[in-house]
Amino acid sequence: MDKTPRTEPRQSWTFSNSINSEIRRAAETGIYDIRGGGAKRRMPHFDDLLFLGASMSRYPLEGYRERCETAVTLGTRFAKKPIELRIPITIAGMSFGSLSANAKEALGRGATMAGTSTTTGDGGMTEEERGHSEKLVYQYLPSRYGMNPDDLRRADAIEVVVGQGAKPGGGGMLLGQKITERVASMRDLPMGIDQRSACRHPDWTGPDDLEIKILELREITNWEKPIYIKIGGARPYYDTALAVKAGADVVVLDGMQGGTAATQDVFIEHVGQPTLACIRPAVKALQDLGMHREVQLVVSGGIRTGADVAKALALGADAVSIGSAALIALGDNDPKYEAEYQALGSTAGAYDDWHEGRDPAGITTQDPALMARLDPIAAGRRLRNYLNVLTLECQTIARACGHNHVHNLEPEDLCALTMEAAAMAQVPLAGTDWYPGKPGF
Amino acid sequence: MTPMLDMTKTDLRSVNTTLQAAARRQANEAYEILNPRGAHALACGLDGPLSVTIKGSTGYYCAGMNKDATVTVEGSAGPGVAENMMSGMVTIEGDASQYAGATGHGGLLNIKGNASSRCGISMKGIDIVVHGNIGHMSAFMAQKGNLVVLGDAGEALGDSLYEARLFVRGSVKSLGADCTEKEMRPEHLEILAKLLEQAGADAKPEEFKRYGSARKLYNFNIDHASEY
Repeated sequence: MDKTPRTEPRQSWTFSNSINSEIRRAAETGIYDIRGGGAKRRMPHFDDLLFLGASMSRYPLEGYRERCETAVTLGTRFAKKPIELRIPITIAGMSFGSLSANAKEALGRGATMAGTSTTTGDGGMTEEERGHSEKLVYQYLPSRYGMNPDDLRRADAIEVVVGQGAKPGGGGMLLGQKITERVASMRDLPMGIDQRSACRHPDWTGPDDLEIKILELREITNWEKPIYIKIGGARPYYDTALAVKAGADVVVLDGMQGGTAATQDVFIEHVGQPTLACIRPAVKALQDLGMHREVQLVVSGGIRTGADVAKALALGADAVSIGSAALIALGDNDPKYEAEYQALGSTAGAYDDWHEGRDPAGITTQDPALMARLDPIAAGRRLRNYLNVLTLECQTIARACGHNHVHNLEPEDLCALTMEAAAMAQVPLAGTDWYPGKPGF
Repeated sequence: MTPMLDMTKTDLRSVNTTLQAAARRQANEAYEILNPRGAHALACGLDGPLSVTIKGSTGYYCAGMNKDATVTVEGSAGPGVAENMMSGMVTIEGDASQYAGATGHGGLLNIKGNASSRCGISMKGIDIVVHGNIGHMSAFMAQKGNLVVLGDAGEALGDSLYEARLFVRGSVKSLGADCTEKEMRPEHLEILAKLLEQAGADAKPEEFKRYGSARKLYNFNIDHASEY
């Protein structure tokens, strides 16, 4: 027997098993991979920041005794009726069509019980979500599917969607298998065909036009509704500044971990900036214009815990928005459906073929049998519980840092674990008083 | 006597508030707007039977999201006139700028002059009659409704069209992706005759050609990727 030592087989880092499987899939099908969700790659995130807590120089507040407020008001700049929320966590826009009616109802129920708002999406406003959402933000999207002035007037706020973190600069496609009669009717298109959601608005280009569009929206709604502008995490300083110039009451900034119903994997993973990298430039734009706290900043993309909420607020956001986490709270990717995920070629936690409409959890589907699996009352309660936990966690951290309102969290409460996070968040690397790019070094 | 709102003395908010309240009264009243001087978002969001005559040219989004009201612009209209109109009738005596009737769901937009680019973009059921010519990329991603053009159409007409019907009497510089000339059947002549009559257009249905979707791009097919 040959005793010559052999070099252990070595997998290529460049051509990993995952990459190779995608090459084989592409070679077999001739089409790019489409999936839902946000960026899955590891990137600098809130996990790379830590709170310092109170010490000799700061007094903490007593947990379970001393109050730590969480309320936030959105839309104080121009709107006659700003939105008052009990918690600084909102539900992001997700469309009826990509989500089932039961899922939309559950989001409305959960958000309302927790004292916050939910948001429509491409495809228009459904009775389920309007009826069960005490505060509902109506998205005004390039496709204008289902858009009508009656729904505009019965919304509590209007969100002009310019972009989203999963695909800044991209539109969307709701594939034919999810286009039921109801979805098709709301979108004024035939059943069964792929429905393109445009990447640009049909009747304005650029911030000068948008300013006039916003004037029209305000004139139609008697200047009552807060107008949000949602931008993807692309050029957050300039995009935020231009949103303010265009007349936004609120800027919603979505980093690349923010989810989508369906788009190309290459888009999700390779276009846009991490949420962590977007916040400080956006806050600086607001500060440079003297608009920080007058135009509220809502940050989304990868918010999972109360610590994430607290870190986003400490960096200057007024509120956060959750989408993927809200779906998981409803029951998305629940291991109890593992056998079915396996049958679909996936596994619990990784299932992202939402566009195919076969979601075992009954959330990202229009299949009546699958939809019926999601009890909107029970799912709404789970979302309420989850939102409450996020809030309690955020309060716990704020108290530990000595703040009686979560909005009093500040960058000085933070340090960073990595150079990248220090540079992006502009907070000192742990154990130092320095971050890359800090003036004077 | 018809009530008049003079925009040298009355600001936009007051004009729109007056018109919107009149529309909600469902009383079929008539108003005249004097000196619009290119005001944006004028007579938008009307929700009820009301007749508004604007004595001059308007800016962006005149009669936007109109429901039931009849709005006449005795001048030209800026971009996005009658955008997302739901019902009613909007008439432009002069020319219309870009995106006329964009995303409109219903009603009739009657443009006596020419319309610029992207006329009827993403239309969802509105009828648009243009007595003159239309610019490039008109009826882009148009979903439902009818676009009638008595003059010529610019480049890339009906690009990525869904189920809207396009009728052009003059020349078409080029058709967009997935737009094709189609047979004019009796039911189309009937639709066209009715729209021409409603718009007071001096033309015969037989003089038009019909264009519609070839429906090749309705479901993604890698073999058609080069057409985008």
